[in-house]
Amino acid sequence: MKEILIIDSTLRDGSHAMRHHFTAENVRSYAAAAESAGVKVLVVGHGNGLGASSLQIGKSLLSDMEYVSIAMKELKNTKLGVLTVPGFGTVKDDLEPAIKAGAEVVFVTCHCTEADTTQKHIEYVSSIGKEAIGVLMMTHMLSPEGLLEQAQKMQGYGASGILLMDSAGASLPHDVTAKVSALKKGLNVKVGFHAHNNLGMAVANALAAVEAGAAFIDTTMRGYGAGAGNCPMEIITAVLHKSGYATGMDEFALMGISDGIVAKFMKKPIEIDGVRLASGLAGVFSGFCPIAERAGARFGVDPKEILMELGRRKIVAGQEDYITEVAIELAKRKKETKK
Amino acid sequence: MEKVKVAILGTGNIGTDLLVKVMRSSHLECSLFAGRSKDSQGIARAREMGISTSTDSVDAILRDPGCCDIVFDSTNAESHLKHALVLGKLGKFMLDLTPSKLGFMCVPILNLKESLSHQDINLITCGGQSSIPFAHALMVSCPKTEYIELASSIASKSAGPSTRINIDEYVLATRKGIEHFTGVKRAKAMLNLNPAEPPINMHNTLYMETKDEPDIGTIRKNVLAVVEQMKRYTPGVHIVAGPVYEEGRVTLITSVIGAGDFLPKYAGNLDIMTCAAVAVAEEYAKRTDGKGAKP
Repeated sequence: MKEILIIDSTLRDGSHAMRHHFTAENVRSYAAAAESAGVKVLVVGHGNGLGASSLQIGKSLLSDMEYVSIAMKELKNTKLGVLTVPGFGTVKDDLEPAIKAGAEVVFVTCHCTEADTTQKHIEYVSSIGKEAIGVLMMTHMLSPEGLLEQAQKMQGYGASGILLMDSAGASLPHDVTAKVSALKKGLNVKVGFHAHNNLGMAVANALAAVEAGAAFIDTTMRGYGAGAGNCPMEIITAVLHKSGYATGMDEFALMGISDGIVAKFMKKPIEIDGVRLASGLAGVFSGFCPIAERAGARFGVDPKEILMELGRRKIVAGQEDYITEVAIELAKRKKETKK
Repeated sequence: MEKVKVAILGTGNIGTDLLVKVMRSSHLECSLFAGRSKDSQGIARAREMGISTSTDSVDAILRDPGCCDIVFDSTNAESHLKHALVLGKLGKFMLDLTPSKLGFMCVPILNLKESLSHQDINLITCGGQSSIPFAHALMVSCPKTEYIELASSIASKSAGPSTRINIDEYVLATRKGIEHFTGVKRAKAMLNLNPAEPPINMHNTLYMETKDEPDIGTIRKNVLAVVEQMKRYTPGVHIVAGPVYEEGRVTLITSVIGAGDFLPKYAGNLDIMTCAAVAVAEEYAKRTDGKGAKP
């Protein structure tokens, strides 16, 4: 039976849903539960990765290093993972200390067209014998051939796997099949997939990825993550088992964590409301949703319109400052048409 | 007045844009355009324009030290560390456009005169060069500020291989520049590359965290004064939005549209570097009276 690796990013992507305010106790209790449930890799830190805590994206309650060391204390067999986006996190300030503190897997991440910004980070991680996974974000914005070309660069730098992120939850299963297949065919390293649920496709897309040859799926417990949330770990585990794949995990143990821990610290249930559906349609980063809601309320503009306009401008993850700017412009336009 | 001779190291887009600006200058002339790559398009273009070229990079200056008084270095951070050693011994006035963090950090509207007494001038980074003047104005307006943050977005097409490989150096050098010039306790710099077509203009958002509600009128006045001063050497600098104050922070969004000399107009991030470098070189040239004498 083919075994699929399930990565747990609840304490990373879930940071968006917590408005970057995971407490020490949230992290401690979740990490301890993940360890006892046999989670293979647990990723922690700011939602946009190490070094992203900022006024631009959202300030974390605790520093990345605090999150890393709190989680690390609870982990024995579970490997600790961190994510970083070059341009935000640096080798010197972020990766070196995180790895020193125990991180074993590093997700080096960039917008899907910018793989050559990850070279130094991937080379650094693999040169010291840790695992570097190259991550391409917002993959709905690039063709299978384009993604393969970028993934090959990362493979060349020393990445031991490539993770495709549907950061906007904008993909349909046939898109995922085409993209994962292209990478599977053209790469020597394993391929993974990370879903968002803005179009209600997260589990279906993750399953499509596995059927197209993906060896790992990046998930969050209860789907707790940016925008409409991610592919829920407990659900995809159950679905994969039902489809004849092994995961090395027990879905009932995961359900216990989902109901017993995550349901208790969630700010609010993860759901696909109009704003989150619009974000999927617009193809903008899921993490933009709450910021668009705040800007919409402040400037009297429908947040869905803000997201659609950001999508037309092809704004990418990390460019949160454009949200307010677009809200101001739309408010101005609205005022002018009223005249 | 006799023009002062300059050499340009690095024959990529930035080097070529520098060349166009130098050729237009009434104080400077390009006597050497040198890189390492034999099939560089920049070398071919420069040769067509009748400029003396070399693929021996800094060695070409070593062989003929009299060929120039000023050297623009638009290679990369690592290479500049080597170039600075060699050129320093030859007494050349260097304008470093890489994020090497080596030389004296210069932002023309803040410390042009002081810079001229140093030999290796570092232009910091495009984010630093375009935003430090504004960060400085914010800091002057609210001296108690403890944290300043800069988020920049540039068009993917304007980020060449050196920018990409130097992305950590960019982040660290920009932060260092903001802290140095404003005196703020802590700063942060971030960079996004956006591949949209048509390409986006360089876009800089500055955030300043402040406990007391600031006088936004004073900030606005100071910021507008900065725009006017910067326009003297970088005409494409402008305010996009703000300054606004909300929830304990002042936000200011600015942009730079390039002059479109060699680089396209969206590459304001590169234009501001070449504009600043040429502005410093011209000031140096005026002081040396065309004879290469030290100011």
